Amino acid sequence: MNRIANTSITRRHFVIASASAAGGLAISVAFPGLADAASIGMQAWGPETAPNEINAFLAIDPDGSILIRSPHQEMGQGAITALPMIVAEELECDWSKVKVEYASPARNLREKNVYGEMTTVGSRGVRTSWQMLLQAGASARERLIAAAAHRWNVPPSECEAANSRVTHKATGRSLDYGALAADAAKINLDKEPAIRTPDQFKLIGKRVARLDTPLKINGSAKFAIDTQVPGMVYAAVAACPVFGGKLKSVDETPAKGRRGVLQVVKLDNAVVVVADRFWRAKEALALLKPEWDVGEAGNTDSAQFAKLYRDTLDGAMVNARNDGNVDDAFGKGGKIVEAVYEAPHLAHATMEPLNATVHLQADKLEVWLGSQTPMGTIRQAAAASGLKPEQIVIHNCFLGGGFGRRSINDEMRQAILVAKDVGKPVKLVWTREEDMTHDRYRPQAAVRMKAALGADGMPTAFDARIAVGSILRSTGINKVESGIEAQAVEGFANIPYAIPSVRVGCMLKNTHVPVMFWRSVGSSQNAFFVESYIDELAQAAGQDPYKFRRALLAGKSDFLGVLDTIAVKSDWGKPLGQGRGRGIAIHECYGSIIGQVAEVTVSQKGEVKVDRVVAAVDCGHVVNPGIVEAQIQSGVIYGLSAALYGEITIKQGRVEQANFDEYQVVRLADTPKIEVYLALSGGKKWGGIGEPGTAATAPAVANAVFAATGTRVRSMPLKNIKLPGPV
Amino acid sequence: MIALTVNGKAYSLDVESETPLLWVIRDELGMTGTKFGCGIAQCGACTVHVDGEAVRSCSIQIGDVANKNITTIEGLSPDAKHPVQQAWLAEDVPQCGYCQSGQIMAAVAFLKEHPKPTDADIDANLTNICRCGTYVRIRSAIHRAAALMKT
Ligand code: FES
Ligand code: FES
Repeated sequence: MNRIANTSITRRHFVIASASAAGGLAISVAFPGLADAASIGMQAWGPETAPNEINAFLAIDPDGSILIRSPHQEMGQGAITALPMIVAEELECDWSKVKVEYASPARNLREKNVYGEMTTVGSRGVRTSWQMLLQAGASARERLIAAAAHRWNVPPSECEAANSRVTHKATGRSLDYGALAADAAKINLDKEPAIRTPDQFKLIGKRVARLDTPLKINGSAKFAIDTQVPGMVYAAVAACPVFGGKLKSVDETPAKGRRGVLQVVKLDNAVVVVADRFWRAKEALALLKPEWDVGEAGNTDSAQFAKLYRDTLDGAMVNARNDGNVDDAFGKGGKIVEAVYEAPHLAHATMEPLNATVHLQADKLEVWLGSQTPMGTIRQAAAASGLKPEQIVIHNCFLGGGFGRRSINDEMRQAILVAKDVGKPVKLVWTREEDMTHDRYRPQAAVRMKAALGADGMPTAFDARIAVGSILRSTGINKVESGIEAQAVEGFANIPYAIPSVRVGCMLKNTHVPVMFWRSVGSSQNAFFVESYIDELAQAAGQDPYKFRRALLAGKSDFLGVLDTIAVKSDWGKPLGQGRGRGIAIHECYGSIIGQVAEVTVSQKGEVKVDRVVAAVDCGHVVNPGIVEAQIQSGVIYGLSAALYGEITIKQGRVEQANFDEYQVVRLADTPKIEVYLALSGGKKWGGIGEPGTAATAPAVANAVFAATGTRVRSMPLKNIKLPGPV
Repeated sequence: MIALTVNGKAYSLDVESETPLLWVIRDELGMTGTKFGCGIAQCGACTVHVDGEAVRSCSIQIGDVANKNITTIEGLSPDAKHPVQQAWLAEDVPQCGYCQSGQIMAAVAFLKEHPKPTDADIDANLTNICRCGTYVRIRSAIHRAAALMKT
């Protein structure tokens, strides 16, 4: 929190504002509707600094317009609406005068992380930045009050800020923020103000319209792929279809001489055609027949990987957790339940395929792209270009989906290498096929779970053995010498159920297939494993899955709040009829607890239709309920795509699915009715909202399929499971 | 030279006749509201209107739309006041927004055929992909737009 206080005192680029701002009438619309909404420009970035800055997050112009900078990127999750709302909460400003931009990564580099990490991963937007943003707003407001008090020669305690004006209560004098900003920026406060407590919130918690909607209904929002730089050429790329393989040779003749084709560029593991239009580059590329050196990896396939992960379950493990005495408990007899579960690789399939535009000059590199991690992007760009981080300018655009994929910028590295060869600004675009076959995938995994049930049916011991690809090793983030990474064991190591003895073992195993963060990461498969298995235990104990969970969560009021909400709202226990079933799941991740009940119908042919999903979330506090609702709906659909269809398979070392015809995703016809409820526990909890919704969907659906058919689903996706039809 | 009209403006273009309409719109005309998502008529991000009908522009060649009237998202209305756009705004549909030009163009054409759609009509006829999963709000927005268009 001190970070803000420091910056606001050491602000640069201050220009004295004119004193001409009119007094005028107070505008009393506290939370304006759409007509008076704040705004954002077609491109999300602006200049790094502004003339009338009160601190790095805030500038107020003489006309009263307020610029708020968002330290996180917009990829659909609502960051650039929710985060400015937090600043505005404390600032006491007129929301309709707010304009929002991305905070500048270059400035963040220069000013020692004044905006924090700026990563848009791990559902971190609100939960890691809320205090910093409240403080930025509060500190600015107190300076504005102090500036007014000084001008009137009265104590600041006699003045009040509201709706972009400071008023002296006794005399009724008042001044607009625009007239005070210049003075405010020069003020040093003895002490930074304390930030509000949630019971004092006025704007936070309101269903305010998203600021980016107007740009996204008329085609004006600029994504990276929309970048136009004078003199730019287009690049289409084909990387070696086997990960880790190299380019041996390519005969350029078929591309040469075609209309618009400028150059064939050979990278160590890819062929690139550069042309005056993207389509011409792509067509010429399709004519080339590159020879690849694919090595041993060229003989691998998904069946081998499945065996690798299953075999790993029988070998040595590193314990992430070992409470009580699992072996003793199993020795004591009682009912033993054991099961192996599996999950496949998944692609992110962001709607906007990866692409980057770069303009490389001798001492400067400009990049237009969609990045979830702009500070990392600067480092990657520096490495690829040979320039210094200070020479890199990242124009981060609206992201056409991220889901984790845009946290490493493979497309930018290629574009920079091509630009070195071509000497012109380059827009490099991955086709959907390139995007799907050169993703960094959700890791494949197998898990064996074993539990002993006591005489009362409740588990006395739980033993989980996890075999999964390491994300940190694959991305090069960390060698993981301990043998355990949090992503691999999340949901297991922190299993919420009261079980006296719990052991969680893990063995990380990577193949040549690159793996990475995929919306809700380890929770995306581990919630499926744990919550399906808990259902198995409930069945073995002869108990209702909701009541069984309830008993195991006794005393955890936040979990129970979520669980009871979904049970009540979904009419849990009310008969559904032939071929239909309900399944329940609850999971904690990214600081939030998500619960879902899915209702399914299974046809005589064994086809699964999800009719309804009832979700409840405890993210502690809610900044904007409209955004929370949308994110849960979004998470459910993303999770449902994976549950019904999601599967990337490998044959001869290469990905078999190349486009949406082969990698099916949920469309309107598959979309259930989705109800979202808040079950907030408040207090110190500020949970994330972008990812939790995804984690609980697969197990809720799988458990519903069990309820409808009696068939237990132990691997994903459902399209591969032969269901007998209704019981 | 191939002649066509885009958003009421006539163009004469020197491009290969097999160029997909999508890339003509984006790279020749510089209108970037129409998006590239798959290139094989699967996702609908590239949906435009050809003589009023919804068409996936990645999969139609410019030679086949010569002399026709093309409408892109930029030409749907001058001020984003088309009832479908207004409904999208009121329901706060977009998330990342990348698919939304195509969703809106598909919905506009759909509502001409189905002025009073049921959910079943919507589900059966609208097949555009949204990876952000805005489908629940798309349904509500289409019903809202239908109501707006009636009045
Ligand atoms: S880009 Fe045309 S349908 Fe996907
Ligand atoms: S809003 Fe992101 S793909 Fe539809």
